[in-house]
Amino acid sequence: MDYAAQQLLNALSFGAEYALIAVGLAIVFSIMGLVNFAHGEVIAFGGYSMAVVGTVVTGNPLVLMAAVLIACVSVSLLLERVAFRTVRKADITTGLLTAFGVSIILQNLYLLLGSPRPISATQFIFLDRTLLIGPVHVSSLQIYETVTTIAAILFLTLFLKRSYLGIAMRAASRDFQMVRLCGIRANRVVATAFAISGLLAGLACIFIMARRGSVTPHMGFDPVLTAFIACVLGGFGSLPGAVLGGFILGFLEVGVLVLLPQTAGGLAQAAVFLVVALLLFWRPDGILTPATEKGDKL
Amino acid sequence: MLEISGLKVFHGPIEAVHGIDISVPEGSCVALLGPNGAGKTSTLSAITGTARATGTIRLEGRDLAGLDIEDRFRAGISIAPEGRRIFANLTVFENLRMGAATRTDGGIERDIEEWLSRFPILGERRSQSAGTLSGGEQQMLTIARALLSKPRILLLDEPSLGLAPKIIGQVFALIEDLRHEGMTILLVEQNAGAAIEVADYVYVLANGLVTRHGPSGEFGDGSGLMGELTGVHD
Repeated sequence: MDYAAQQLLNALSFGAEYALIAVGLAIVFSIMGLVNFAHGEVIAFGGYSMAVVGTVVTGNPLVLMAAVLIACVSVSLLLERVAFRTVRKADITTGLLTAFGVSIILQNLYLLLGSPRPISATQFIFLDRTLLIGPVHVSSLQIYETVTTIAAILFLTLFLKRSYLGIAMRAASRDFQMVRLCGIRANRVVATAFAISGLLAGLACIFIMARRGSVTPHMGFDPVLTAFIACVLGGFGSLPGAVLGGFILGFLEVGVLVLLPQTAGGLAQAAVFLVVALLLFWRPDGILTPATEKGDKL
Repeated sequence: MLEISGLKVFHGPIEAVHGIDISVPEGSCVALLGPNGAGKTSTLSAITGTARATGTIRLEGRDLAGLDIEDRFRAGISIAPEGRRIFANLTVFENLRMGAATRTDGGIERDIEEWLSRFPILGERRSQSAGTLSGGEQQMLTIARALLSKPRILLLDEPSLGLAPKIIGQVFALIEDLRHEGMTILLVEQNAGAAIEVADYVYVLANGLVTRHGPSGEFGDGSGLMGELTGVHD
């Protein structure tokens, strides 16, 4: 019972982290058609901001959390303004190469201005405690992560359903030019998408820092790669698909680790990708592909 | 109201419209007729700012040069585009809200309700995904969406395209109603007869040039236009 509950929570918290990052990727892709591979460096920027503010200003965790969120939103908006706005009308490949370029530049900036070695920032470690709920030992960080992700997705859903800008963003995912023909400014819609993406990166950064206690130049790369796979699995451009893909990957990772014998532990990641490949055989466009990809009537 | 002079429209390096002059007086309905590839939709694209163009476009005396798509909309130009382009992933109500997105007055909900009661079928399906509507319902929705911004001029691009004859009659009845309500309309159509019937003035385009223009009465029932529309002359 204890073991099963722990593994369930493991799967939920892994899935939550992937979902947070995947939705950040998907919201930008749905509007701009841009796979923002620099998203991982936005997460790392949050980590470095935490390290700097934690050392120079204050170690207060609440202030640091605010600093991480503000840093991630700001750098995300800055990247949109400086790097991605100029290639918005260009071919999709140009956007992809720009994202890779921005990612490499930022990683090297972190190497030059910071260090290739991990820089310690342990102020969020307190989030990770062992709690006893009934007979079950669970990690408080995993509970925070799961609950925060669910709350963030609910708020995002409310925003997209209820506000003018949210409705415009959903409309833009279908026909961006028509949204502009309704008088809604393209820059505003795209900047909002990047701000939301940055905010979600900031939330993910807080949980990653709570788990790692240190920041490195490449810390965002692996989670973003996994989130990218989650997006593909769920159906690229679909926000519910990104959430679903994230949680499926979380459950797959934990499930494979639990089911595989210890001697085959090294094959865990290969087994996960095998299942992902089989799922994509079944649904080549992802599980929840937006309807446009399948052809609407006019 | 809308004055166009020396308009050339480009798609990449190709010049699709070769310097045309069009005038749309306030409160009138002007039809732009012509065969496929004549430059009708390109002209509308130039007006809305979605195509590269040279020449002069003035709305109520204001030169639109340099204004982007959003600013032209805010200046009072609204379009119900070819292919309808409703937001299929939004509900009927949300599509209408998009039409009023730039308005700041308090009458938006009232105006949306007015349109929903004007088209009862849309009212019944207000919470339904717009992608599930029939072609005719989508056309009504796209016209209502375009009008919810309270534009100075309404551009209608092929509103009858792909619709059943009965529905085409309803669409043109709506255009007729709008004209009587004083709306300024620039109508692009291939259905010459129906367009001439609702229009005050007609321009015929062929190969990117105005080949003929005059009051709609001069064009009879439109059957004589077949030569200009098809580019085949006796």
